[in-house]
Amino acid sequence: MTTTVRAWLIDDSPSSRLQARLGRAWRITGALSRNPLAVVGAAIILVLILTAIFAPFIATHGPLKQDLTQRLLAPGAANWMGTDELGRDIWSRVVYGARITLVIVAMVAILAAPAGLIIGAVAGYFGGWTDRILMGITDVFLSMPKLILALALVAALGPGIENAIIAIAITSWPGYARIARAETLTFKNSEFIAAIRLQGASAMRVILGHVLPLCTSSMIVRVTLDMAGIILTAAGLGFIGLGAQPPLPEWGAMIARGRSFILDQWWVATMPGFAIIIVSLGFCFLGDGLRDVLDPKSGEQH
Amino acid sequence: MTALSLNNLDISYGETPITHGVSLDIAEGESFALVGESGSGKSTILKAIAGLAPEWTGSITAFGKSRSHGIDRHFARLCQMVFQDPYGSLHPRKTIDATLSEPLTIHGIGSQNERVEAVMASVGLDRKFRFRFPHQLSGGQRQRVAIARALMLEPKILLLDEPTSALDVSVQAEILNLLKRLRREQNLTFLMVTHNLPVVSFLCDRLAVMRQGRIVEIADVADLKQGALREAYSRELMEISATHAA
Repeated sequence: MTTTVRAWLIDDSPSSRLQARLGRAWRITGALSRNPLAVVGAAIILVLILTAIFAPFIATHGPLKQDLTQRLLAPGAANWMGTDELGRDIWSRVVYGARITLVIVAMVAILAAPAGLIIGAVAGYFGGWTDRILMGITDVFLSMPKLILALALVAALGPGIENAIIAIAITSWPGYARIARAETLTFKNSEFIAAIRLQGASAMRVILGHVLPLCTSSMIVRVTLDMAGIILTAAGLGFIGLGAQPPLPEWGAMIARGRSFILDQWWVATMPGFAIIIVSLGFCFLGDGLRDVLDPKSGEQH
Repeated sequence: MTALSLNNLDISYGETPITHGVSLDIAEGESFALVGESGSGKSTILKAIAGLAPEWTGSITAFGKSRSHGIDRHFARLCQMVFQDPYGSLHPRKTIDATLSEPLTIHGIGSQNERVEAVMASVGLDRKFRFRFPHQLSGGQRQRVAIARALMLEPKILLLDEPTSALDVSVQAEILNLLKRLRREQNLTFLMVTHNLPVVSFLCDRLAVMRQGRIVEIADVADLKQGALREAYSRELMEISATHAA
């Protein structure tokens, strides 16, 4: 059974579109699984996702349950990562924090990547004034440091996780627009684009059907690599108190609260810090692996 | 009937003029070649006819209808182009099937499955190639796909931009034979750009020799075969071509 499925996937002459597409996905997955760092990264991300989904089963305590008699306990059998100043179990809070982190990362990717992709592709494809205006706007956003711009936006919109997501999305699309534009320029004058234009295709069809598919692989790589930065920015906003609001178990906010006890009760700030580092690393590893596999220059083989 | 007529065509890229007063008449079913050295403006003429070089003055008429400067859908069904480089003219992420069905989708033509199969058969591509990606094909097969794509809309005029120069010699012959057969079967009109004179004598009825954006001479292929071209420049071009072939 497995051998027939495999043979069907790697068939040299696929008999349907679906088979051709699945075959390509299979070859990319295969190449990815031969890259040890990418596998480690993917495993970390998978653990993060599973943790977020099954948080109620993995957590030993309620993430918001306070017990002032149990405050600031060192890690031990009952509280695997110790407790914080309100007696909440840090392990459970870190586990539930995975949900918040995942939501932030996913929402930013969903909001910022397509926006940047389309703006960049439109600017690159049409050129001229369209390009100048769109890239001018992009440069305005790029000229400000990400965290400072996000801070200003959150300060204006009001603190909170939704506003943090919006602020991070607004600060991260210009980078994607730049990449999409550069990619578009490299093959805008190629013959396969000329050929589809000669068939009478509208500009929208050319951009959506022919330009964007070629930008996506570098975009996926870039977004994956940026995930680490997004997590850090979200944590930074949480740390300053402009991101997730108490009592939400957001990792950055947890570090901020543990700062006061960092010398005597080091685990309060350190445990969520580990979580941030590991997840950021996971995204970096996966992004690097994806870049090796999806790089447009070696992409021909897949 | 005149299939394609160029009248006093001046094409420019921005400030740079490329051609000067080019006039041509190509009859329906005729195969016409534009020859000349690199930079003589022959490819630019094809681009202007196709709509890829929109800055021109003069007139381009196909089957009695004047052509606008941009790319338009009606003209697309009348006239298609085959590009020089089969490696660069197919979208790397689209299967052959997707490449061939897209023109049908654009023009809202039905029974795509049958049409794709019929065109693949007519250009001599086996059915097993249908769902492959371009990188899984050889150069000759890719050029067959590019020709098939140009034929999807059943055009009457085919513009050929050095369709064989990027291919191996043996594959070149196959593609030339294919073009010759397709022209006979579908009564196509060819306008071909090349600097390979043997290709001209094999595939074409008439030729125009170009130099620095001007037509130097229009002659029958019989004259080319007998070495009876009138202009000194044309004979020089023939001699260069002969020494390169030898």
